[in-house]
Amino acid sequence: MEIIKDGHIVANDWRHLGDDEIMPEQAITVSLLRWKSEKDRLLACGVPLGLRLNSEDKLEEVVGDLKYFSIIVLDFRHFTDGRGFSLTRLLRDRYRYGGELRARGDFIRDQMFFLSRVGVNAFEPNNSASLHEMLPALQEFTVKYQAASDIKEPLYRRRT
Amino acid sequence: MYQYDNYDQTLVNERAAQFRGQTERFLKGELSEDQFRPLRLMNGLYIQKHAPMLRIAVPYGLLSSRQLRMLAHIARTYDKGYGHFTTRQNIQFNWPKLEEVPDVLSNLASVQMHAIQTSGNCIRNVTSDHLAGVSGDELEDPRPYCEIIRQWSTLHPEFSFLPRKFKIAVNGAVKDRAATQVHDIGLQLVENDQGEIGFEVLVGGGLGRTPIIGVTIRPFLEKKHLLSYLEAILRVYNRFGRRDNKFKARIKILVKELGKEKFTEMVEAEWTAIKDDLLLDPEEIERIKAFFQPPPYETLIDDSLLAEKTAQDSHFAAWFRHNTLPHKTPGYRVVVLSLKAPGKPPGDLSESQMDAVADLADHYSFGEIRVTHTQNLVLADVRQADLHELWQRLKSLELATPNIGTATDIICCPGLDFCSLANATSIPIANGIQQIFDNLDYLYDLGDIRINVSGCMNGCGHHTVGHIGILGVDKKGEEWYQITLGGSSGKDASLGDRLGPSVAKDQVSHAVEAIFQTYRELRLEDEAFLETVRRVGIQPFQERVYGDH
Repeated sequence: MEIIKDGHIVANDWRHLGDDEIMPEQAITVSLLRWKSEKDRLLACGVPLGLRLNSEDKLEEVVGDLKYFSIIVLDFRHFTDGRGFSLTRLLRDRYRYGGELRARGDFIRDQMFFLSRVGVNAFEPNNSASLHEMLPALQEFTVKYQAASDIKEPLYRRRT
Repeated sequence: MYQYDNYDQTLVNERAAQFRGQTERFLKGELSEDQFRPLRLMNGLYIQKHAPMLRIAVPYGLLSSRQLRMLAHIARTYDKGYGHFTTRQNIQFNWPKLEEVPDVLSNLASVQMHAIQTSGNCIRNVTSDHLAGVSGDELEDPRPYCEIIRQWSTLHPEFSFLPRKFKIAVNGAVKDRAATQVHDIGLQLVENDQGEIGFEVLVGGGLGRTPIIGVTIRPFLEKKHLLSYLEAILRVYNRFGRRDNKFKARIKILVKELGKEKFTEMVEAEWTAIKDDLLLDPEEIERIKAFFQPPPYETLIDDSLLAEKTAQDSHFAAWFRHNTLPHKTPGYRVVVLSLKAPGKPPGDLSESQMDAVADLADHYSFGEIRVTHTQNLVLADVRQADLHELWQRLKSLELATPNIGTATDIICCPGLDFCSLANATSIPIANGIQQIFDNLDYLYDLGDIRINVSGCMNGCGHHTVGHIGILGVDKKGEEWYQITLGGSSGKDASLGDRLGPSVAKDQVSHAVEAIFQTYRELRLEDEAFLETVRRVGIQPFQERVYGDH
């Protein structure tokens, strides 16, 4: 399976582990629930770890653990739920998370530009979507009025 | 007014191109109805009873004559020859074809206009005082801040999928003509003890299903913190606003459920974390202010012939008294064009009227037109010496009905005639009330009365803040109307009290007339309608309205 990462279509290296699945010997992402209950066991495994958050999760519960994760996945259950846009922005800007930040699930092409502006650098859409058709959405706008995770200065400091 | 540079122009061009692509994908079946809905709404496009409805942004109600001519062109080419001005200073077209909307947006982009965020669960078009820059009671012109907020909120990457719609209003005058207390965020320019001007920040007001007056969460905010404070409020709302029930998703419910103290604490905590990273530079404020400098007024004295002209012609005198307002510059006057001619849908303007008004604006008022939240138009900078001539021209356009602020200057949503959300018609109700007045003396005797009509509880006609509010409800397939008394969206904002059981459609005018009669009997000398209602309460009105039946 492939994903979009940093503007390119690449292979997906991560396995998204269910809460009741046995841990394999490969890079895995786990839910916040599983992380909270099995943190020590997961750390002892020695495989690269990632965290999956959904929009209901309380980000503040896990900010001390961000150093353990090479990837944080934001699971979209419904594309109109915009809480994820604030969570990723906080992860990048407030908590200085520097690893892969991936949007996954029920987001749509037309949100990718916004997501790329709030810290998301990888996209794993639902199966039906064509990555090749989605890719240009990242470039739909060249003008960005606001400061955000991608550009630290608002347009009024960049106008020439 | 603000002029786009390359950045602003590129953005609206890119937005028009993006929407063209979205529409094509939808028509090809690549986007589902559910996926297309929020995308088209964020571009002002509703699917209505008869056809799509397209709402076009008129930022804080300001239009150039060139833009108004483009609206006339759109009305002619893509619609049935008219447009409808809304209570949020925008304009709606009721008959465009979906596949032609991308062309409409391209046309709009060519005159620095767009339909961005005129609907949907995002930050909507910022509204303001229609007398900004010309009224004598102004601390500072609010429009530069509106424009700064417009740019900040346009395609905001974090706040485009909010729990619900989000409306911001800015007022700079002593009198609140922007209804800041019934907005998600109301910003009132104020002066602090040190003589600095900043913003009082109100949050959580709103009309619709659960009308609430906003609360002040910060009595004074320095200008440099405007955007960081807005961002803090929006982030708290985006994260914690309810998403389980769309009727409880507005920020007013979050403020109510958390309580003002807790909500304020959360906003202030968020703001403390970001305030130094997002400063609004004084240079940027000055850059934007430069676009809103007064036009090149002539040095005039107040027109000495005016008194003579009004004395000679009572019709002109009535129009002058009701449809013009003082201007802060000697020799000038503000002119309100009434879009409330009897028997016409309130707020509608035909394409030929649009063209004619654009010409009048060029000739008499520096080429600018304003839209009021009461669904009228304003030519803000008219020489007093030109008033009589302008009046004659407006009369021939049916735009000089001398009724501004009176009982026939009714705010009214499109209602069941056009809107798929509505439970009942609203335009015929407004027209029915207008018919009560067979002579102007009776209308003028009643003085200032704000009557607001909505065809459903979503309240686009702002019925809850009407001195007399009329709300259409559906009762077993029939149209009935609830009447409220004592609402106001001004400085002394209040929500109307319900008079009693709803009345049948054919009884509404009768009930309203009974309310007028009660007022005439109970008022003290010079007491305005709202003051009488507040003094005597609704009981005497109830007795008259329901006792009669």
